[in-house]
This record gives sequence, C-alpha cells and structure tokens, in this order.
Amino acid sequence: MAVNPYLISLQGVEVSYPRNGNGQSGRNVVLNNIRLNIRPGEFVSLVGPTGCGKSTVLRLILGSQFPTRGQVLVDGQAVTGVNRDRGVVFQKYSLFPHLTVLENIAYGPLLERTSMLQRVLYTPAYRRTRRQSLEEAREYLGRIGLNPWDGDKYPYELSGGMQQRVAIAQALMMRPKILLMDEPFGALDHNTRLAMQLLILEQWEDYRMTIIFITHDLEEACYVGTRVIGLSQYWSDDEGKPGMGSVIVTDLLTPGGHPKPTAIRATAEFNALLEQVRHEALDPANRRRLRQFNLIHQDALKPEPLSAGELNEPKEGTDA
Amino acid sequence: MRSFFRTDAQPSVAASFVLSILLFVLLIAAYLAGSYYRHQENPQDKVMPTVSELLDGMKRAAFEPDRNGDLRLWVDTLASARRFGIAIGIVFLAIPLGVGMGLFPYVEAVFHRFLVFFDKLPALSVLPILFIVFGLDELSKIALIVIGVFPTVALDAHLRAKSIPREQIHKAQTLGASEHEIAYRIVMPQIFPKMLDTIRLNLKAAMLLLIAGESLAATVGLGYRIFVVRRYVAMDIIIPYVLWMTALLFLTDWFIQWVIRRRYVWLDK
Repeated sequence: MAVNPYLISLQGVEVSYPRNGNGQSGRNVVLNNIRLNIRPGEFVSLVGPTGCGKSTVLRLILGSQFPTRGQVLVDGQAVTGVNRDRGVVFQKYSLFPHLTVLENIAYGPLLERTSMLQRVLYTPAYRRTRRQSLEEAREYLGRIGLNPWDGDKYPYELSGGMQQRVAIAQALMMRPKILLMDEPFGALDHNTRLAMQLLILEQWEDYRMTIIFITHDLEEACYVGTRVIGLSQYWSDDEGKPGMGSVIVTDLLTPGGHPKPTAIRATAEFNALLEQVRHEALDPANRRRLRQFNLIHQDALKPEPLSAGELNEPKEGTDA
Repeated sequence: MRSFFRTDAQPSVAASFVLSILLFVLLIAAYLAGSYYRHQENPQDKVMPTVSELLDGMKRAAFEPDRNGDLRLWVDTLASARRFGIAIGIVFLAIPLGVGMGLFPYVEAVFHRFLVFFDKLPALSVLPILFIVFGLDELSKIALIVIGVFPTVALDAHLRAKSIPREQIHKAQTLGASEHEIAYRIVMPQIFPKMLDTIRLNLKAAMLLLIAGESLAATVGLGYRIFVVRRYVAMDIIIPYVLWMTALLFLTDWFIQWVIRRRYVWLDK
C-alpha cells in the first residue's frame, strides 16, 4: 500500500450556489472541478483575477466553507470544520482588539494548557500558567521583530506591518502543519511588504510548515512561493464557450531554489515567470481552451513524485 | 458674526463655556423673575417658591426627620436606588443572552422573535397586569423596568454580536477555542463596552418606568414622594427632588462614560 504523499488534496471540488431572482434558474459556479494536490512543506502562492475564488479555496481548506461537490482532504481526512491544526492569517481582523499583543500571542497556548473551569474561576493555577505563557510570548516578540515593550500595547497602537507580525506569531504559536494566509500583506506599503516577505520565509524555514499564500501581487507570489498556482474564471471549454466558474489555469514551480535571494527579482528568468503567469492567469482577454492548459507541475493533474532537488524535503513514494 | 453658521467655526474656550451655560442661566433667571413677580402679587405663592424656600424645603427633606423619624430624601433615594439597581442588574443578563442569540442559531431561533415582540410591548401598559399578578410590592416595580429595558438591550447585544467579523471567530477556532470560549471570551468582551453604552442610554427609560411604578403603588421612593406632595402643591419639595433625580442620573451616566473611556482604551480604534 502506497503512502499518500499529499498533505492537502482537493478532489473534483465544485463550489456553486443557486441563482436567485429574475426568474433565473441554474447555479452560479465559483469553483469548477478543482483538482489540486499539495505536499508537506510546499509554499504555495495562489493568484488570480479579482473574484476568481482564491479566498474560497482558502476557506475550503480552513474548513469555514464546504464544497458543493467533491472533497477537500487534509492528511487524508475530509475537512469537517475549523480547528487548531490549521493556522490562518487574514488581511484584517486577525487580532483580537480587546487583548494586548502578548495576550493575543499567548491566547492559543493558554487555551491549550488550562481548562475552561480554571479560566472561569480564575484559579491560582490558571493565573500561574497565564503569567508563564505571557512571559514566553514576550520572549517570542524579538523573533518577529518587535520590542519587548510592544507586548503590553493593544493592536490598534501598532502599525499595520507590526499587527501582521503579531498575527503571524499568534498563528505560529500553535505550531500548525498548515498556515493559510489570505492577502496578509495586502494593506501594507511596499517596503514593509518586502520585510514581511522575508519574515514569513524565515518562519517557513524554521517551522517547515506548509503555507497557502493568497496575494494579488504577482511578484510577491513568485518570490515567496515554491509553487505558483493561477486560478481564473477566464477560460473556455473545448467548444469555445466561456467556462463556468474558476479553474486552475497555471501551476508552476518557481525557479531559484528556496528561499530565494532577493536579487532574483532582477533576473530574466524570474521576470519571464512573472510574464507567463500574468498572461496565463491574470489576463481576462486570454480565454484559453481547457485542453490548452500547460500544467507542467507534476502534482497538477496526476499524482507523481517530484524529482529530487525541486523541493528541499524528503519524498515519499508514489501512490499511483 | 460672519463665521457663526460655519461648519469650520472655532469658538474660543471662553466663548464655548459662556455659550454652553447660556441656556442654564436664562432658565434660572426666568424662574427667579417669575418667582419674584408672583411673590410680589401673593407672598403665599406656592407654585414658584423662592430660592430660600427651595433651600428650606431641601433642608427639611434631607436633614430633618419627618414624623416617622426618617430623613425622607435619603430614605426615598435608597428605596429607589435599590429597585433601580436590582432591575439594571437583571438587565445586564441581557448581554450574554444577546451574544448567545447572535452566535448560536438555535438560541436565536428560540428567543429572537419573542424578544422582538416584547420589545414592542409598551411596558407601561402591562403595569396593571403586573400589579394584579405580582401585587403592589417591589417585585412588580422591578419587573416593569426589566420588561421595558431588557429586550432592547438583548436585541442590541444580538446585533452587535452578529457584527463581529467571521474572521475573528475562525481565527479563534484555529487557536483551539471552543464555541463557548468564542462567545463569552472573544465576542462578549469586545461588545461589552458598547453594551455599557446601550444600558447608559436606556437609564432614562428605566428611570421613567421606576417613577411610573412608584407613583402608582409605593410607600417610599423618589417617584412616590413627588406624587404625594403634589397634593399639597409642595413645589419646594418637588423641584429639589426633580433636580436631585436628574443629578443622580447625570452622574451615573457620566460615571459609565468614564469607566468606558478608562477601562476600554481599545474601543473604536
């Protein structure tokens, strides 16, 4: 019996909802028969035009939304809801505004170490654990580029970049196998974004988790990701009729090993990749037919092992 | 005054102060003038007592025992404050209920329509029913305030709990929070200061209901007293009582605002 090498599998996933009003019948399709496999340790960037359903894919894996058809598997198990195995960082609302930075970071570990009864009764044991967790969180601040005294501030007192650093720390405290990020740096200015990209790559190296990273910034997608997936609603079926819902139109490994040196942004190879993804995934006028898609990533359609060196982590056998 | 009706006008601190007390001064002046002229015509006038008569009335109510040996003002205040306090205490329970409705669809299904219906019920109209069912003692007066204010607060908590972004809830779940943990430690603390504000704005309605209840069936209380002494046109008691009630409510309101500002610095940021 072969081992399933995939951490995340979307198997023929459709998301659609009934059309209402104006006497219309049929369904609006958001995602059309998505098949996607992701291995442990991959850093997957997800790009696509506005409204293509990138966030829907993320929510399916998170477990806050469910497919109309098909299956979403994590570790071979169907996703049944949001739980502590998968961390998430949103563009906004990731932090709890009524808790300080330390309380936000320590929130997960503290829940894990204490019982509800202890928390409600505010027992001495709870208070001790709480103090300890907050102290650990304070030590963690340095690793995400915050000063120790920032720990006692409320989120609103921090800049957007600092808030996202805290949100990442908050998620990483749970040591999730999968970290889902929905335009985490979308509201940040250019320089802060670059710093945040390095931060998340550092954390990815340290913790070896699998990351799904949604962004509308193509350069960011190609820089941070080991793999870039383009999702688009602009395609046509083999008869030339416009397709319904989004499909995966691009699936590429990014060049240059990982994490990449920042200088790679200036190379011709990197820029060629940007152009290719821009053309294939982000150009509404480019409605390719389904059979024209050139999905060269081996995991895109058929499960095959990666060749050595494409990802710097050990490979399991094939499950063919 | 070229800039009088300009949205970007910037009155000086002194001007702001003078303007803000202007209407108070005018009101007091009008009263004093009215009182003066009425006393010119009839020195026994009871409708607009002079300042010294008001002070005397206040002194008698606050510091001189009545024929039962009670200092009336304090006894009345204590009785009213107790009813008011118990009722508002019960109204606070509307917050967890509202949060429950906002987050748990089954709880919402049970309570929401019922509360919307009760919210529309003119509370005063059930006063006769309360008197018949609960009798004339404390319970009916407290129940009146609760019936009048509880649904409003619960429905407001419901809306506010619903308006917490789903992302917050999902984030909490990824950190291992249970459903109850989310409801009562993520959502409720976030809306609590806003609910304090809602309760603050409903204090006036609560006071109104308290006075209505006391005026009809009580033997002690601020509302009871002003309706009793009305029979003797004792304006020298009624006016200080009204000002006293206003001051108490004003201070409570101010205190709650102060607590919100002090305790919840993260609010609305």
